[in-house]
Amino acid sequence: MPHALERINDFVVKFANVNGSGSASSNQLFAKAVLRMGIPVVSRNIFPSNIQGLPTWFEVRISEAGHLGCRGGTDLMVAMNPQTWDKDIASIEPGGYLFYDSTKPLPPEKFGKDINVIGVPLTAISNQRYSDPRQRQLFKNIIYVGALAALLDIDMKVVETLIGEQFKGKDKLIAPNLEALHLGYDYARENFACPLGIRLRHSDKVGNRISIDGNSAAGLGAVYGGATVCAWYPITPSTSLAEAFQRYCKRYRQEPETGQNRYAIIQAEDELASIGMVVGAAWNGARAFTATSGPGISLMTEFIGLAYFAEIPAVIFNVQRGGPSTGMPTRTQQADILACAYASHGDTKHVLLFPEDPKECFDFGALSFDLADRLQTPIFVMLDLEIGMNDRLCEPFTWDDERRLDRGKVMTAEELEAGKNFGRYLDVDGDGIPYRTYPGTHPTRGSFFTRGSTRDRYAKYSEEGPVYQDNMERLLLKFETAKKLVPAPVLVKAAKPTRLGAIYFGSTSPAMSEALEHLADENIVLDTLRVRGFPFSDEVMDFIAEHERVFVVEQNRDGQLRMLLVNEGGIDPAKLVRILHYDGTPITARFISREIAEDLAGPSIVPVREAV
Amino acid sequence: MTFIAKPKLHHPKLPTNSLGLTRRDYEGAVSTLCAGCGHDSISAAIVQSCFELDLPPHRIAKLSGIGCSSKTPTYFLGAAHGFNSVHGRMPSVLTGANLANRDLIYLGVSGDGDSASIGLGQFAHSVRRGVNMVYIVENNGVYGLTKGQFSATSDKGSKSKKGVVNTDSTIDLVAMALQLGATFVARSFSGDKDQLVPLISAALMHKGAAFIDCISPCVAFNNHLGSTKSFDFVREHNAAVNALDFMSDHETITASYPPGTVETVEQHDGSSIRLRKLAATYDPHDRVAAMNYLAERHFAGEIVTGLLYVEHESEDLHGHLGTIATPLNQLGERELCPGAEALERLNAGLR
Repeated sequence: MPHALERINDFVVKFANVNGSGSASSNQLFAKAVLRMGIPVVSRNIFPSNIQGLPTWFEVRISEAGHLGCRGGTDLMVAMNPQTWDKDIASIEPGGYLFYDSTKPLPPEKFGKDINVIGVPLTAISNQRYSDPRQRQLFKNIIYVGALAALLDIDMKVVETLIGEQFKGKDKLIAPNLEALHLGYDYARENFACPLGIRLRHSDKVGNRISIDGNSAAGLGAVYGGATVCAWYPITPSTSLAEAFQRYCKRYRQEPETGQNRYAIIQAEDELASIGMVVGAAWNGARAFTATSGPGISLMTEFIGLAYFAEIPAVIFNVQRGGPSTGMPTRTQQADILACAYASHGDTKHVLLFPEDPKECFDFGALSFDLADRLQTPIFVMLDLEIGMNDRLCEPFTWDDERRLDRGKVMTAEELEAGKNFGRYLDVDGDGIPYRTYPGTHPTRGSFFTRGSTRDRYAKYSEEGPVYQDNMERLLLKFETAKKLVPAPVLVKAAKPTRLGAIYFGSTSPAMSEALEHLADENIVLDTLRVRGFPFSDEVMDFIAEHERVFVVEQNRDGQLRMLLVNEGGIDPAKLVRILHYDGTPITARFISREIAEDLAGPSIVPVREAV
Repeated sequence: MTFIAKPKLHHPKLPTNSLGLTRRDYEGAVSTLCAGCGHDSISAAIVQSCFELDLPPHRIAKLSGIGCSSKTPTYFLGAAHGFNSVHGRMPSVLTGANLANRDLIYLGVSGDGDSASIGLGQFAHSVRRGVNMVYIVENNGVYGLTKGQFSATSDKGSKSKKGVVNTDSTIDLVAMALQLGATFVARSFSGDKDQLVPLISAALMHKGAAFIDCISPCVAFNNHLGSTKSFDFVREHNAAVNALDFMSDHETITASYPPGTVETVEQHDGSSIRLRKLAATYDPHDRVAAMNYLAERHFAGEIVTGLLYVEHESEDLHGHLGTIATPLNQLGERELCPGAEALERLNAGLR
């Protein structure tokens, strides 16, 4: 007999399915049951760019310690897809478990070594009970959830409650689902020693945290941030962001008396039109945004340059995926950093925000509209597929009812009437930000012509060199102002002084925190700085200056954030060590700690590991 | 073109409209287009329409793309906000602006390169969405600002100034607008002020996507023998379908139109347009007939001008979307932000 992993509340379960088979909801039921037992859990959909028939995986990491990054490896494989069988078996950790549908016998060589095999005749059980082909398929999924509940000691009351919640309003579906659940549960109890070595136990480590995907959180943030116009074009993995905005608008933004909408959502004909509508709406005083991914950004760049130069607020949620070109549309990367930071022709620079989880997707989602209005420029909220499309445990959303929308410098009809000097591109208080007026404000004052061509401080067309340069330098000054307005970086000092630092951002966060624990076990300690915005504040450059060697951890091939640091901060590139993970899977703690440890073990480095 | 600044003084006895404004209050900066350019006549027609309709100039938003035509919003309605956007993308910017504030009047000015070539997609989609706007294409069949290349509305077989013959089929934006569901479709000619001014007025009062294709000969590059958009060619081949007389609530604007049958079209806002049919059989309420007539005349080598199609009770994009009556850009925290309590309830559902 192979040895069997023994772990409580700390293992990885991976479901290998065929997409379009209805497995997603039963897999989510499983993950939610773990969460309801008070155990921190994170799940990931690993899916193809396809609707039916191709392999898809659902990975559930259960971690009492609260590690929410991707771990790598699988402790229990629920192998429901013959297409990927061999690869799935190979990914099981030594001593791990294989759960499969044993209706059709498989030859022994199909099972690999050093794993524990649990065969449940799911198809046979389902076919015996149900005659409708669709029911047979759907209930098969519930049957395996029931069997897993027995094998892993999931609290059945929790699962039953969840089924009740899921089918609320469609109550006649509750009983059949409960029946299927118990079919699986009873079979496992009768045929195996339950529970297995890996198992669950009620815990209280979830606290009041919530579980939601980043796209939904960002869409909700846009509602709270006062966005009224959304123009978008469907593109994976950003689509669910616009859809979430629509969902929350339906809930929160209908005028009670009339049932009419306090929002307008347009599914545009392409990304050029999406951003064009955003620019038009924001020019006219509405808070407007689009949600897209890399290819959409490429298409939008002409308009982004206009918005930068003509100084029009715009919020762009970029849910990044693997590039370039179509790249890996259903995989994750942080590879649009440069494309967004310097989007468009000519000298341009843009404000970027890097949320780490759904909580920050919500916070930054709302904040981005204040920043766009305050700075009168495009603001990019840089999610990625990993945060955007997966449910993630995070702190609950909070809101201060005293908070007011910061509409920035908008001159009113009263101010114009009183004779206040209005120059659309005139900096009156030294922050590089001029006043604007909304169209239609005053019968005779404050109108101006918005254009992408050069103009003077009073918006009058001019191709004079000094006039052009004056404007371009004011835009730089405005970018300086932005430094103080973007969210400050988060510094975490190591327990003891160290000359090593690591800079990371966005979805790398949980893997980085876990990697620090691994490294500490090897007596490698690092100070870390999580960058949350661009332009970089002085703290970022100070952090680099204060450390001898700084690892820049990111999920792209070329070290784009590092390039930005080198370029914007005049940093000696030799000082910044690239830690790059870009195969489209989420970065793991194992990867980060290994790469950093290997770098430090190299010959060129003075002692960094302290004597134990 | 001229560099002389416009004098601010005007004759004290210039006629005023009901707002107490003179025609001069509807003008813009001095045009920098070529002397005699058809586009300037269109600007003048816009000025006259807005003046006669008593529209407050600052309640109009004028938007354009890139090109000679797109420069013209600087030359009219100086008190209005203008937006000279990106080549071929005026329609999306206008759509967004319209979503933000449904209370303004949106006037989009574009050219044939801007709308029929680079911006064909945005033209089509803004029309099919029913954006409440007046969309004027100043159509000269040529790229003027880059010195005389063919545009997509250049007729097949027409000859450029350099003697090159256009072998590509032409795009008729009027035919497209009809097919795409525009609720007001007209064509005119920049040199025919009597027809153009009432058409623009009617379009300004129309709720929904109002499209006017205005043939506007380019004096520099497309007004020579061989061009099918020259003054002479158009005057000879112009088959006007009707004459339009706009009548507002305040004052009937009379013009010297030739006599004929008159039909009054009631608009949703209570104002009316009077159609004076020249072609006895022409009915501007039949979309299919309009499309057929247009195609038939096109193949007969004629340019149909006039109001080709108008729909009475048209619903615009805001109607489709069910947006509230208050402009979205006037909403504040109270209407937009659901608040802390709602968020707490939402959190509870995510545990």
